[in-house]
Formats: sequence, structure tokens, C-alpha cells
Amino acid sequence: MSTQPRMPIESGVPDHFQYLHPVLKKNYGQWAWHERPRPGVLHHVAHNGDQVWTVRAGTPRQLDVHTIRKLCDIADKYAEGHVRFTIRSNIEFMVGDAKKVKPLIDKLQQEGFPVGGTGNSVSMIAHTQGWLHCDIPASDASGVVKSLMDELYQEFVNEDMPNRVRISTSCCQINCGGQADIAINIQHTKPPRINHDLVANICERPSVVARCPVAAIRPALVNGKPSLEIDEKKCICCGACYPPCPPMQINDPEHSKIAIWVGGKNSNARSKPTLHKLVAAGIPNNPPRWPEAAAIVKKILRVYKEDAKDWERMADWIERIGWPRFFELTELPFTRYHVDNWRWARQGLNASTHIRF
Amino acid sequence: MTKKMHATPMLDQLESGPWPSFVKGLKRLAADKDMMVDLLGQLEFSYKTRTGYWKGGTASVIGYGGGVIPRFSEIADKFPKSAEFHTLRIMPAPGMHYTTDILRKFCDIWEQHGSGLIALHGQSGDIMLQGCTTENIQPAFDAVNELGFDMGGAGPSVRTSMSCVGHARCEHSCYDEGRAHRTVMNNFTDELHRPALPYKFKFKFSGCANDCMNSIQRSDMAVIGTWRDDIQVQQDEVKQFVKAKGRDYVIDNVVTRCPTRCIKLNGDDTLTIDNRNCVRCMHCINVMTKALAPGKDRGVTVLVGGKRTLKIGDLLGTVIIPFMKLETDDDREKLVELAKRIIDFWAENGLEHERCGEMIERIGLANFLEGLGLEADPAMLAHPRTNSYVRTDGWEAEVERLKQARIG
Repeated sequence: MSTQPRMPIESGVPDHFQYLHPVLKKNYGQWAWHERPRPGVLHHVAHNGDQVWTVRAGTPRQLDVHTIRKLCDIADKYAEGHVRFTIRSNIEFMVGDAKKVKPLIDKLQQEGFPVGGTGNSVSMIAHTQGWLHCDIPASDASGVVKSLMDELYQEFVNEDMPNRVRISTSCCQINCGGQADIAINIQHTKPPRINHDLVANICERPSVVARCPVAAIRPALVNGKPSLEIDEKKCICCGACYPPCPPMQINDPEHSKIAIWVGGKNSNARSKPTLHKLVAAGIPNNPPRWPEAAAIVKKILRVYKEDAKDWERMADWIERIGWPRFFELTELPFTRYHVDNWRWARQGLNASTHIRF
Repeated sequence: MTKKMHATPMLDQLESGPWPSFVKGLKRLAADKDMMVDLLGQLEFSYKTRTGYWKGGTASVIGYGGGVIPRFSEIADKFPKSAEFHTLRIMPAPGMHYTTDILRKFCDIWEQHGSGLIALHGQSGDIMLQGCTTENIQPAFDAVNELGFDMGGAGPSVRTSMSCVGHARCEHSCYDEGRAHRTVMNNFTDELHRPALPYKFKFKFSGCANDCMNSIQRSDMAVIGTWRDDIQVQQDEVKQFVKAKGRDYVIDNVVTRCPTRCIKLNGDDTLTIDNRNCVRCMHCINVMTKALAPGKDRGVTVLVGGKRTLKIGDLLGTVIIPFMKLETDDDREKLVELAKRIIDFWAENGLEHERCGEMIERIGLANFLEGLGLEADPAMLAHPRTNSYVRTDGWEAEVERLKQARIG
């Protein structure tokens, strides 16, 4: 007796209208303006005068069903049964009555969910999978984010930065966390170690060769077995060969370090979007709380907060004060490694006499 | 269901502190699930040895080629209960809206078939149901699928998309992001579920230039709201704002922050905007949310080719459509047609593991535009070429062709 297998219902992206808060649904596309009455709260007003208040709270992103149910209980009792999530894993509760805002905030805080992440705050850190679930990570993600957000709690629940601050983390140089005002990314410092016994069986050698950005990998016969070898002088330790060929182990408990990048900006507001730039490297990958990386992030944030003007994002601020002053104020060493030598590198050089003294 | 907990001295340190702790959540799950006991053991071991222990493999559901992220433990001898810890990527509704009812249903399904650990959301915008045995993948997916949700993307395929809150709750929204998101994505379910492209392809939808979805950086095709006519100014609200904040504040934070210096604060505390030179950056509107608003003749700008470092270096998306209307079903159909042309051209011409932006870098934007049947436009450039290394013997014919095309 064979039964017919169930074929998927290829329904694609579900209709959002079925999940929208009723005030959001009624005023879809009809919003007029908004304000932020306090950190963590947005107040939107529609052209017809309808209003909605949104309370934003931080979550660990990696949520167990009990925590999700607790958030649902709060949404049912203190809000109106509708929530949404932001791109940075914050949860938002919508209510149609201003009187509900305070009890909702009180309850969230009582249950340990920080209310904030709006406006010129440091919002939740965009994070990736790390040791918890990724197949190629040199570090963890949830732990780095938890440690840093513990340190940046006040910056999340208050709006006292010059402009919004977006931070990301990434556990390898693929950088799933993305561009950010401050990005905390793994930077490998040694070429991969190859297990030649396994390469022939596991790796599609031509595509591994093709993955290398600097053509440092070539096919070779090692101990009579077809394998791959690396020109270690050419290797830039990026780890691109590791995902298609796990026997080329790039991760190293000691030599996979952390680098910090600043000034990535996705918004088009004021200046065009920018990529983040390397400012610090060689930082130890030090679980469970990564104190060395946290100290540098906090230092950069402190200097930015003191020196930047209102509405200047990290990139806008550095554009105004210049890189020499950035390194002076943050007391981070400037080295030859900060000078780009990849393609388009000349775009990063100063082809002018514009220098601040 | 009460396997003894492993000692986790390093993870235990992440239970303290003011930010909500994922370790507490994992431990709560471990009280009922042996899989989570061993998952915590393996994670602690990773912290101790600073090494990851998951490897990929093959796992999927009937009818689809992608969407499941297989994870097999390399140290299953030490932690056998989490030997298989796969993830199902599920596409949420645009804007990531939920009722508590639907979230609770997800929880029930994942408590029954999986570990109980859910990421809301992954970096591509998926609901990530993490921690599933190979055997339970199919029943878990069937239950989620019956709930009205479908598998997300993984591998060389169209990936799960994201759109901002937009029309649902934002006055900056210049088009219906949710409808555009669904219309485009639901025309590519085959390319999403059955990976057969050179590499991943991501769409993202942001309602204005603030680009809350980070689409220029993070997507192969970014659809960003804009407008062609004048910024809407309510001068009485401008006056109120100036009165509340002072002229200096407005000069320092609105006038001098305008990238094209096209705003003037007048003596009577009103604003004059030179709209012909406004680049629709959104800054002044962000500052004066009540007094200023995007214009009424709205549409989108489309940029193509954003991606992160590997292989050739970071690329931000660049403009291929300076403006198109996106209001009607016909308009959205045109956007789908454009996306189809882009994906078809890239599928035909892209190398293995080459993102769309990398292909454009290799062949040049002009060739890409020709392949799509689009005309070059100065709005696509920061500036025209600065080197003379180009053959221009087709110049006169090209100028004549453009002239004829204009006459029609």
C-alpha cells in the first residue's frame, strides 16, 4: 500500500492584510505624520485623524517558543493582539489608545524586555547564526550580541546619540550581518589548513579553484591523492574556499581574529550610501563575552557621541572631521593595513591637498 | 525527556545582564527536549574550543529543491541527541506582521516537530525554524504549509524577500511595498523553490530613500520609493517647528544638511525648496515629519547589483531605472517583467557562483542595459567616463538612433 506523497501548496509570500492591526489596515497608505513621544514609542497619525502608538522592545532574536508565547500573552493582554518585527529583530506592539502605552511598557520592562531602539538610539545588533547553527563560523553570533547589548543597554533604551546607530556582527568574512555604522566581523589571519585525505572525496576541485579571489589555489597531487594546494604568499585568508571545500579549514581558535569597521550607511539621507571601513583588527575572538571587542566599540561610540553633531551618522561625522582625527580621538592605531590594495583602492586615497592639521 | 544537562560554565555567564538572554531560552527548551540538552552541550564545547561543529548535507521536502538548511553535527558521538539540527526557512508576510494567534500556531508546530527554537528573523527575512531531525522535516513543513506559509529560499535561487513597514504604518511610503513584494516574489516561486540560477538573487523593497531594508547594499534588485514632483510643504507647520526649535536649529539641521543646498529658511520662518535640485534624500522630511512630506507623483527607483565582499569586493546596487510608476497592477506587472528580463539575462550570462552585480562589473553596465533593452541614462552614473580607452566609431550612428527613437 503506497500513499500519494503530499505535494507542497506553492502559495509563496502570504497576504499581509490578514495579519495587520485593524488601524493599520484601515489607514493603509494613508498616514500623515509621526512623532516619538518617548524612546521606544512611535505615534503615527493618519490623514483622517486615526492614531496608532507603537511600542518597540528588544528580543534576543533566537527565541524559544515559551518566550514567543510570553510576548503573545503581553500582546493579548496589554496590546491588541497584533505584533510585527523589525529588520533588527525588535518586536513592535501596536495600540489604538494612548492610555495603553504605559501599562504595556511597564509589563514589558517587568518581563525583562527593554523598550527602546527608536530614533537616535543604538538599536539591536543585526546578527547571524554563529556556532549555534552555521556550518562555517569562526565565532558565535548570539553570544557576541548578548554581551554587547548588555553593555549598550542604556544606549538602546535612551535616544541620546547624535543620530541612529546601527551595529552588525558577522562570524566569517562573508559578512551576513551587513554594512553598519559599526560592524564587528571575523578576520582570518592564517591560510586554511588542508586535510588532503578528504579533498578528493568532498570537494569539487575546479569550483574551489574558481572561488579564490586571488587565484592562490591550484590542483595538486599530494601523497598520491588528488588534492588542492595554496600559494600561501598570495593567500589573503578570506575563507572563500572553505564553504565549498570543508577540508580547507580556515577557522582557527587563535588566528581567526575580530576586526571592527565603521561608517557603513544604508540610508540615502544627506549623503549617498557608504560602505564601512576598517579601523581595528587583531582583536581576540574571546567568548563568552568578547570584552576586547566590546571595549573598542564602546570607545568609538563614546567619541562619536561627544564629537558628532545632531543628525550626523557615523559616516557623516567622519566625513566632517576626517580620518586622522578619527584615529586621534579613538586612540586606535593607524597602520599600513588600513591602506586598501584591492581593486578600486585608489578611490580610497587622498588625491588632493585637503588635510586637516 | 529528562537527559541530564551538560555543565555549561561559559554559556551560564550569558544568563546575567540586562539584555534578554538567549541562553535562558535554550535552557528552558532543554527542560523538555533532549535535543536541546545536547545542543547546549555542543554550543558550550564550541565556546570552549572556539570552533564550530556543524556541517551541511542534503535535506529537503517533497516537491522542492531548497529551503531546508541541513545541519549535521561533527561531534554527534559526544552530543547524539542534536546530531541532526536542520533549519526550515519560511517566508513571513510582507512587513513581518503577525497576529498572536498565528504566532502561537507556529509555536505549537515547532514544539511538536522541532526543537522549539525560532529565529525572528534571519538576515534574509525568513522565519527560521531551527532544530529539526531529518525525519521531522516533512511533517513540520506540511503543518506550516497548511497554515498558509511557504518555504523560503536557499542555495543558488531567488531568496526570500523583505519589505519595510511602509504603507501599513509610515507616512514616508511612496508605493505599496507589500503588494509589490508579493507580486514580484509570487511570480518567482519556481526560481525560489528549485535552485537553478548561477547564485543567489535577492529582491528588497523600501518605501523611501531611508531604505530601511538596506536594499542598495543587500539586494540584487532594490526597489526604492521616490517622487517626481515637489516636496509637500505645510508652511504653517514649518512656522510651528521653527517656533518650537528655533531658527538656528532649523538652519543647522535642515538647511545646511541638505546635500544639494536646495532649501532656504525665509525671514518669515517659512521654507523655500528648489525642487529641481532636490535629490529626494529624505533628510529634511525625516527632521520635520509633520511639516514636510514626499510629493504626490510617486513611484520607484530600481537599483541592481548590491552584494557583500565575496568574490570581487563589496558592491552597492546602481540605478537602472531612475523612475517608474508603481501604483496599478499593470505597473507591478511591468516590474515583474523587468525582474524576469534581469534574471533571464543573468542566468544566461552569469558564471557559476557569480552574483548579478559581479556579472555587470565584468561585462559593463552598457552591455547589461543592452541585454535588457534599456537605454543608458545619465541618472545611472555618478559621472561619465574619465578615461579615453573606448572605441567611439559608432558614435554618430548611436546619436542618430537615439534621435530616431525619440521621434518614434
